[in-house]
Amino acid sequence: MHIHRLEKIWMFFGVVMLAVFLAVLGVYAFSMGLQTPHSHAHADVDPEKLAETPPFDQPGVYQVGENEYEAVIIMYAFGFTPNEITVPAGARVHFIITSSDVVHGFEIVGTTVNLMAIPGEVNRVSYTFDKPGEYLILCNEYCGIGHQAMYTRLVVT
Amino acid sequence: MAQTQTFDRDDAKLVLTHVIFAIVALMIGGIAGMLQGMVRGGMFELPGGIGYYQLLTAHGVLMALVFTTFFIVGFMFSGVSKVTGGKLTSTARGLGWAGFWLMAVGTAIGTVMILANEATVLYTFYAPMKASPWYYIALALVVVGSWLSGAGMIAQYRSWRKNNKGKISPLFAFMAVATMVLWYVATLGVAATVLFQFIPWSFGWVEKINVLLSRTLFWYFGHPLVYFWLMPVYICWYVIVPKVIGGKIFSDALARLAFVLFIVFSVPVGFHHQLMEPGITPFWKFLQVILTFAVVVPSLITAFALFATFETTGRAKGYKGLFGWFKALPWKDVRFLAPFLGMVAFVPGGIGGMINASHQMNALVHNTIWVTGHFHLTVATAVAITFFGITYWLIPAMTGRRLTAEVNRLGLWQVSLWALGILVMSGAMHISGLLGAPRRTSDTSYNGNEIAAQWEPYNLLMAIGGVILFISLIVLAVALVKMFRLPQGETEYPVAEPLQPEEATPRWLERWGVWLGLTAVLIVIAYAFPIADQLFLNPSPGAKGYVLW
Repeated sequence: MHIHRLEKIWMFFGVVMLAVFLAVLGVYAFSMGLQTPHSHAHADVDPEKLAETPPFDQPGVYQVGENEYEAVIIMYAFGFTPNEITVPAGARVHFIITSSDVVHGFEIVGTTVNLMAIPGEVNRVSYTFDKPGEYLILCNEYCGIGHQAMYTRLVVT
Repeated sequence: MAQTQTFDRDDAKLVLTHVIFAIVALMIGGIAGMLQGMVRGGMFELPGGIGYYQLLTAHGVLMALVFTTFFIVGFMFSGVSKVTGGKLTSTARGLGWAGFWLMAVGTAIGTVMILANEATVLYTFYAPMKASPWYYIALALVVVGSWLSGAGMIAQYRSWRKNNKGKISPLFAFMAVATMVLWYVATLGVAATVLFQFIPWSFGWVEKINVLLSRTLFWYFGHPLVYFWLMPVYICWYVIVPKVIGGKIFSDALARLAFVLFIVFSVPVGFHHQLMEPGITPFWKFLQVILTFAVVVPSLITAFALFATFETTGRAKGYKGLFGWFKALPWKDVRFLAPFLGMVAFVPGGIGGMINASHQMNALVHNTIWVTGHFHLTVATAVAITFFGITYWLIPAMTGRRLTAEVNRLGLWQVSLWALGILVMSGAMHISGLLGAPRRTSDTSYNGNEIAAQWEPYNLLMAIGGVILFISLIVLAVALVKMFRLPQGETEYPVAEPLQPEEATPRWLERWGVWLGLTAVLIVIAYAFPIADQLFLNPSPGAKGYVLW
C-alpha cells in the first residue's frame, strides 16, 4: 500500500502527539495521585438500607486529621444529606458519596469535584479547599422533575 | 464515462421515504431544541402540558436516533444501489422496506410515550429511572429495524461480489457494509440491556435492576453510535466530495483502512463516558482511554486525504502557489460548501472529544454544558450539515429533476445560517460549561445564586443560536418544497473515481473475518473482566424503579 511521504510525516506526528498526551495523563493519574473518582474497594451498599449501612447510617462531615475531613453524603431526589458543609480554609476533604434512589451527579462549581452517585455503589474523590468563600454544589445528572432545584452550598471559612 | 442519470424508480422510492422521514423528525426535534434554548434563556415559559425534560427527551431521540438512522439508511441504500449496477435486488429492497416499517412503528410508539409523559428519561434512559416498557420496546423496534436495513445492504453487496468474482468491491458499497458491520457489533450492548434488563424490569417481572451494568452496556453501544453517524459522513467526504469538486479519490486503500480501523477501535472505549463513575477501577478506565485515542487515527488519515484531494485537484486545474489551489474549490456549490463546513466544525469537535476522553481531565467537563457544545459540533454540524449538503443533490437525483441555481442558492443560505447558529450556540455552551454550568437542566439560576448568575449571558446566546438554527430549518423546509417542484431533468449522483488503479488496493482490507476477529479480541480485552465483575463477580445490589417526573 503506497503512503505519500507527507502523510507518513503527518501520521507520525499525530501518533506521537497522542502518545505524549496519554503519557502525561497516565503519569499524573497513577504516579501523582490525580486520579478519576473511584472506590477503594467494591463497597456495595443497598440503596434501600442506607440507614443501616456504615458510613451512610451517619452522614455528615467528620474530622479525621489536622485540617482533614471526611464528608459522607447521600444524594437523593432532590437534595443532599447533610445539606450544608462548612470547613476551614486549607481543609482537605474526602468526599464519600452514594445515592439512595436514582443516579445523581455531584458537582462543586469552580473545583475539580465532579463525580457520579450511583445507587448501589460508593464513589470517592478528594479536594483541598484553599480559597475561602461559598461554593455552589449542584446535581448535574438529570434525575427528575426537580433536578434544576437540586443544589446546596459548601462554605470555606 | 456514461452515468446512469435516471435512478431506478423502486430504489428511489425506498431512499426518498427514509430521507423525508428523517427530515420530518429533524424538523420536530428542531422545534423542541429551539424551545429548550428559549426556556433556558429566560425568554419563554412552556405552556402547561409539556415539560422541559419531555422536550429534551424528544429532542435527543428524534435528532440522535431517528433523524440520523433514517438518513443514514436512505443515503447508504442510494449509494449501494448506484455503485453495484444501479438496481437493488428484490431481496435487498424487501429487507430495506421491512427495516423502514419496523423503525417507523418504533418511532411512532416512542413518540407517543414521550408525549404522554411516560418516558421522560432522556434518550440515554439511565436506570433506575423507569419509563413505560413501551418506550424501551419502541427503541428496540428501531434498532431491530435497522438490523434488517443493514441486512438488505449486505445482501446487495454479496450479490455484487458473487457476480464480480476477483474484483475489489466498489468503495461506497465497502464503506456502507463497514458502517453496518460496526452497527451490528455496537447494538449488541444496547440490545442486551434493553432486552434482558429494562423490558423485564419495566414490566414488573423483575423487581430490581443492576444500574452500573446497564450503564456499561449502554455506553458499550453509545460510543460506537457516534461512529455509526460519522462513517456515512466520511463516505460523503471520501467518495462524493472529490467528484463534486472535479477531482479523484486520493487513496482508495487508505480510505478502506480508515473504515476498518473504525470497526476495530470504535467499540472497546465506552468507559470514557463513565470516567466519573464508581465501580470501575482506574485501570480499566485508562485502558479504554488508550483505545479511545487510537480511534483518533482514522480521522487523522481522513483529514490528510481530504486536504490532499483538494490540493491535487486544484493543482491539476492549474492553480499555483502554496495555497492557490484553495481558489479551485467550488465555494458557491452547496454540494461542496456544506460538507466543507462540516469538516471545519469537526476540527474543534474532534479536539473537544479528545479532551473529554482525557481520563482525569474529564472532571472539568463531565455533565457540564461543554459536552453539549461538543456534540453540537460533531453530530449537529459535521454530520447534520453534511447530510444537508447531500440532500440538495440526492432528492433531485431520486426524483429525476434538475437542481437549479435558485435551490442551490437557498442551500448556500441554509447551511451558512446553520453554521452561524452553531457557532453562537456551541461557542456559548463550551465557555459556559468550562465555567461549570450543568447540562440537561431546565434552569440554571439556582434561586438567584451569584455563582450561577455568570452563566446567564451564555444562556441568552444559546437561545439566540437556537433561533438562528430554527430559521435555517425553515429555509430547509422551503428548499424542500421547491425541490419537489424542480423541472424534470438530470441531477448527477456524484461518485468519484480513485487516483490509483484498482490493483493498488490490497485485498486483505476486504477480509471481514480478520477485522471482526480483531474487533472481538479487543472487546474481550477491554470489557470481559469489567462486565464479569459487574454481572457476577461483585454485582452491586439492584435498584428498584423510580418515576420522578
